[in-house]
Amino acid sequence: MQTTSDETLIARIANGDRLAMQVLFARHHVRIYRFILRLVHNQATAEDLISEVFLDIWRHAGKFEGRSAVTTWMLGIARFKTLSALRRRHEDELDEETAERVEDQADDPETALAKKDQGAVLRHCLTALSAEHREVIDLVYYHEKSVKEAAEIVGIPEATVKTRMFYARKKLSELLREQGVERGWP
Amino acid sequence: MNATNKAPERSEIEELLPWHAAGTLSRRDAQRVEEALAHDPELARRYALVREELSETIHLNESLGAPSPGAMEKLFARIDAEPTRGAGGAGRKIGAGISGFLAGLSPRTLAWSASAAAIAILLQAGFLADFALKQKAPSGFETASAPSTAPDVGAFTLIRFAPQASFDDIDKFLQANKLSIVAGPVPGGLYKVRVADNALPKTALDAVVKKLGQDKLVSFIVATQ
Repeated sequence: MQTTSDETLIARIANGDRLAMQVLFARHHVRIYRFILRLVHNQATAEDLISEVFLDIWRHAGKFEGRSAVTTWMLGIARFKTLSALRRRHEDELDEETAERVEDQADDPETALAKKDQGAVLRHCLTALSAEHREVIDLVYYHEKSVKEAAEIVGIPEATVKTRMFYARKKLSELLREQGVERGWP
Repeated sequence: MNATNKAPERSEIEELLPWHAAGTLSRRDAQRVEEALAHDPELARRYALVREELSETIHLNESLGAPSPGAMEKLFARIDAEPTRGAGGAGRKIGAGISGFLAGLSPRTLAWSASAAAIAILLQAGFLADFALKQKAPSGFETASAPSTAPDVGAFTLIRFAPQASFDDIDKFLQANKLSIVAGPVPGGLYKVRVADNALPKTALDAVVKKLGQDKLVSFIVATQ
């Protein structure tokens, strides 16, 4: 027996099938939650947004045209909802939060201990990237989105996705260098 | 190819390395990257950096946990408040049943940590909901072979399925043993499973528990009321 495809679930949801909605939620909510959480850095906000995202999916399933994968469509909705929520917060406030987070972690004894592990340092630097850079890295590495799919989710040309990914990785190398890890690139 | 032409070519290939590591390139592009990696040690070294980034990005994301079950409850409460549309009547009942089940648990009980276990439970709940979707059961989770019986009639066990148990595995296990899931999952990933239509003497129920417990799909089983 094969599991029901995401496309079939969306078709059933468009017809008002709440059980199909539960299956879709169980299948994808964790990854979408993590995508949102990496952008908003607040679990309560991320949980609220998850509810908003899936409610939108419930309401607009009939508009899904199947031109992209269901996960790409859902991540696009999640991104839109997240950015709308972030716009309600002041940009400066966000920048300060990011700076404080990086500084705090750099001074933390646990972080200092973790620096002995290069993987931990890399993860630390991944959290210190800008939202734009975190987003593209997560979409490519964690959500396994192709150049075309990432471009569709973010709403930018494919060439820009490649360039943004390059600069995100370059920034990551700079942050690693600041933490004493020299990668010899770029 | 001379050095002048090689630099732009390497730059173009290098941009594709993250997608090559993630396995999301077209076959043609993947082949181009593979050929370049085979002949360019510096590019291969940079590819190792990309693979390291990919591994740690996955590690970081996986450490973020999952939303609490309250998120699902909240969502379905909002969906249930939406106007009914289409022919999803059966789904509505089941969705409402799950929401009702979750609502019946105390807030303390619902506040389970965002642990791997919680994720596994939700995923398994998804499996079982998917199963119910396929069976088009009017309410609750019952196998095609299981007789329709009132929820409180019969002999019952609490079962936790092994995390690696697939939808197919659970489906076959339930059908082969003429079992039906009547409730769950509750915190701890336990499902209440009917093992007989009528109450069984303790010795008979213990024998059933022992037999089912020997199946590799069952990580925990205990008799219950």
